[in-house]
Amino acid sequence: MIRARGLTKRFGTKRVVTPLDLDVGAGDFLVVTGPNGSGKTTLLRLFSGLVAPTGGELELSVDRSALGFLAHEPLVYRELSAVENLELFGRLYRVPERRERVGMLLERYGLWDARHERARSFSRGMLQRLGLCRTLLHDPRLLLLDEPFNALDADGVELLERELASPASERTLVVATHDPQRLDAFATSRLALA
Amino acid sequence: MSGLVADSAALARKDLLLELRARETLPAMLLFVVTALVVFHFALPADVSDRAAGGLLWVAIVFTALLGLTRAFVAEREQGLLDALVLTPCDRAAIWIGKALAVLAFLVAAELVALPAYALFFTALDPAAIAGVVLADLGICAVGTLVAAMAVAGRARELLLPLLFLPLAIPIVVGGVGATVGDEPARSLAFLALYDVIFAILCFASFEYVVTE
Repeated sequence: MIRARGLTKRFGTKRVVTPLDLDVGAGDFLVVTGPNGSGKTTLLRLFSGLVAPTGGELELSVDRSALGFLAHEPLVYRELSAVENLELFGRLYRVPERRERVGMLLERYGLWDARHERARSFSRGMLQRLGLCRTLLHDPRLLLLDEPFNALDADGVELLERELASPASERTLVVATHDPQRLDAFATSRLALA
Repeated sequence: MSGLVADSAALARKDLLLELRARETLPAMLLFVVTALVVFHFALPADVSDRAAGGLLWVAIVFTALLGLTRAFVAEREQGLLDALVLTPCDRAAIWIGKALAVLAFLVAAELVALPAYALFFTALDPAAIAGVVLADLGICAVGTLVAAMAVAGRARELLLPLLFLPLAIPIVVGGVGATVGDEPARSLAFLALYDVIFAILCFASFEYVVTE
């Protein structure tokens, strides 16, 4: 699914990702850990294609339509409601039976009652839930999650853990986190960045 | 092709809805263009020539458009949403088309107030001048949206946008003034149409490289 050889990323003179060799196969669950500034977010952005490598090789066997990326920010329009946000992204991702899928995700992530409220009025935890809905909307085969448990309450954490553990999904996951113990049950490989 | 049209329409609708709710861009554009025309009206002598008044109209239009363009990518910039749009499998040109259509709608709305105000303060515009405004709007929105997206990525974006946009808008002003007060308005209109076609193609083809690293 992901193959990196000598992958590096610099911003100016600062090397953010040091030469990295990595293979992530289909169905793998890679947990990326490391202190602040170690390059976890940049690595996920490299995998997503949002930034280009400075050096080395990076091959992904999926295109954009099969990739889901949850960044630090939930990446939703604050002046749109939860439904409007998901309808917009569902249209852009060509999600079949979009309305049903949107409704199902909002229900599953506990946002159904707030579906017509603008995201601006959401708490940070609700925004994170909405961001997860946006990320999962098109049922991506490769899921890149950057600190996905951020701001989630106990119910939200449980929902996300259930999603990650779902045996029905043949997803490949790359999760950057400061809390790797939470993912011990799911991880098939680990990468510690210095 | 139908996917590009549908995606562009969905993105433009989204921007119009955002403006309808936030009301941040259009009121500022309206206030600016009307204020500019009022100032010109009182600052200039009563017997000001049509040529001078026409030039001032184009100054007002270009800077009103610049005001709209400055805010075109605010939601995407503040909430990192350009990443979310770029990651979708839609043609990236749809992002440019959708945004340009929204900016065009705001500019046309501002002109629906500005042109009658101009007629009231100075002189009524003839059909050639109105056609010039329409063609100029298309060029302004096509080029302006591209450079607004470029400026979003930069650090000094408030400075970068006018630096990039105004030199590219000079031919539009030249064509627009020619269509408004020139001796050969048809020639100026043809020039504006050619500008629109060339820059629309360039912007369509290059937008992908602007929003990806």
